[in-house]
Amino acid sequence: MPVQYYIFLSIALFCIGIMGVLMRRNAIIIFMCIELMLNAVNLLLVAFSKMWVDAGRVDAASAQLFVFFVMVVAAAEVSVGLAIIVMMYRNTHSVDINILSRLKN
Amino acid sequence: MIHLVWLVPFLPLLGFLINGLGRRYLSKPLTGIVGSGSVVAAFVISLLIFFEVRTPGFTPQVVTLFDFISVGSLHIPFAFQVDQLSALFLLIITGVGSLIHIYSTSYMHDESNEGFARYFAYLNLFVFSMLILVLGANYVMMFIGWEGVGLCSYLLIGFWFKNIEYNKAANKAFIMNRIGDLGFLLGIFLLITQFGSVTFSEVFEKVPSVGADSGVLFAIAMLLFIGAMGKSAQIPLYTWLPDAMAGPTPVSALIHAATMVTAGIYMVARSNVIYSLAPHIQTIVTLVGLATALLAASIALKQNDIKKVLAYSTVSQLGYMFIALGVGAYTAAVFHVMTHAFFKALLFLGSGSVIHAMGGEQDIRKMGGLKKWMPITNFTFLIGCLAIAGIPGLSGFFSKDEILAHAFGYSPVIYGLALIGALMTAFYMFRLYYITFTGKFRGTHEQEHHLHESPGAITFPLIVLAILSVIGGYVGMPAVFGVPNLLAEYLSPIFAPSAPFLHAHHLSHSLEWGLMGLSTGLVIVMILWARSKFANYTDNGEPSTGIAKVLENKWYVDELYDAIIVKPLMVLSRFFQDVVERSGIDAVVNGVGSAVKWGGGRARLLQNGQVGFYIFAMVIGMIVLFVISLFL
Repeated sequence: MPVQYYIFLSIALFCIGIMGVLMRRNAIIIFMCIELMLNAVNLLLVAFSKMWVDAGRVDAASAQLFVFFVMVVAAAEVSVGLAIIVMMYRNTHSVDINILSRLKN
Repeated sequence: MIHLVWLVPFLPLLGFLINGLGRRYLSKPLTGIVGSGSVVAAFVISLLIFFEVRTPGFTPQVVTLFDFISVGSLHIPFAFQVDQLSALFLLIITGVGSLIHIYSTSYMHDESNEGFARYFAYLNLFVFSMLILVLGANYVMMFIGWEGVGLCSYLLIGFWFKNIEYNKAANKAFIMNRIGDLGFLLGIFLLITQFGSVTFSEVFEKVPSVGADSGVLFAIAMLLFIGAMGKSAQIPLYTWLPDAMAGPTPVSALIHAATMVTAGIYMVARSNVIYSLAPHIQTIVTLVGLATALLAASIALKQNDIKKVLAYSTVSQLGYMFIALGVGAYTAAVFHVMTHAFFKALLFLGSGSVIHAMGGEQDIRKMGGLKKWMPITNFTFLIGCLAIAGIPGLSGFFSKDEILAHAFGYSPVIYGLALIGALMTAFYMFRLYYITFTGKFRGTHEQEHHLHESPGAITFPLIVLAILSVIGGYVGMPAVFGVPNLLAEYLSPIFAPSAPFLHAHHLSHSLEWGLMGLSTGLVIVMILWARSKFANYTDNGEPSTGIAKVLENKWYVDELYDAIIVKPLMVLSRFFQDVVERSGIDAVVNGVGSAVKWGGGRARLLQNGQVGFYIFAMVIGMIVLFVISLFL
């Protein structure tokens, strides 16, 4: 499959993630959208890696290692982020991020 | 003994600290003992140093205390130089200083305890600064002392600071001195850039290599001379000295007659190599000195304040010293500094004794006939007048005659003008003497009742100074008398380096005798004229007219300065205050402030607390950065 397909899919996933982060008020949805963006990037990394390997650059396969790094960091981030959301829910009985704007005063 | 030279300035400094810090706790006798004792002790050490310096084969010694400034290749040590010149000045400063301190213990006795201690603290600080000035082994040390004496002069002129006029006089002295100081400072900077050093021995060694008459030497000599003009009250910076008489009389005697005002002479004499190599500047020095001598002497003819007469006389005598420096007669200048210190201190202290007896009155028209009540003051004052007038046998005769003889060798025209000044000196001094001490008493009955001879602490310094005024001249007798000129021999190592660059003028002995006879004869004529005119002076109260009025108003120089410098400066300052300050600087500063405040008020609306908005802003920012990196 040509690499363009992966690129378009990746752009679509990333834009969905951005729109979700911007539009939605539910903290969990926002969180999921962030994961979506991360995975869009992961997909792109793997696709480019495959493309270069097919073109004869065997060492480019090591780029796929980066995907594992991103996954590890994302896992750590998820644990922290979910903990924050749990605490937020305990305090406000809601996961609406606009509630947090009361920090303003 | 030489290595203990730091004790000489240190003792007055100690006295200053004790009197200054303990002014609320010390009694008057204790203050007097600390104040005078520290200077007397410094005098004793100076005397020991002097005898060591006088021994044959003595070479100048530099005592370094610590490294003061060390930047790159420039090193300025905090060092004292002991040589013939500084040892002589040490003696003059601490010797006359001691007498004046003793005198002050009685003269200032009416002050409060605290004022008395403050006075002695300032006086000790002055002696300390003056000693630093003459002992310093480089120009920076000299400048430290130079500023120190300026400060003390300011503090002591304004000693009675509750009087606004006295404060104005103090400010005037300080500001005038600052103008000169700027010249001195620029001269030092130029020395540093040119020679990379300010130490006397190093600079004077390098100066001849620059070559005579070069522009750099010209500039250095001129800038240093501007400093000397300010400190030694020469035209155009002389007007502060007569006003400085607002200070207590012993201060006038010590600072504004005997020591501080001779700092300029000391500096030029110290830099004699530089001046000898800049003959044009020497001409300027001569002419400035001559003009000052004549102008001040003419003003002194018509002054009625006893201290003002002496003040203008001081300015005039300083002019003579500069004439001597200008014609290359450095020894004569230093000689005149010495004799002048004796007789002018004597005259000032004598006038102080008179003012004391008159209960603060300084107008000589209200005195008269004081001879009867004050025999010692009268006699010593008369000796002072004879000495300054130049009567043979007294100190002033020898020093003034030496200056006149050198002036004749330089140019007979300058000699003639200087002689006229000397005759005016004799006239105004004896006018002062006859109006004050002879004739009938013209003050009030109360004052007449109160008249008395001053106490011992006042008459003792008068007698000592009178003796010095008589015998002080015999150390520098001219060669025609066939006795060695001790002072010239003593000082010859200091002025030897500049000797090759000077044109010596040797007068024949018969000519020298002739000049001496001429000046003596004319001086005696002047004294007799003054006697016939003023011995039975009565104040007719008529306002003077014509030239007399001009002289009485000091040639309107103060008014002239006021009109061409002070007033325009005031107008300019007002303009800057009202226009530039208010609508320029203030407007900019306040405008920046309110702009920031307004901008802040708008920008804080962005911080609305909506997390969604923050993320949106972040995304927009990222897109902008992306676009920039892609297309720009």
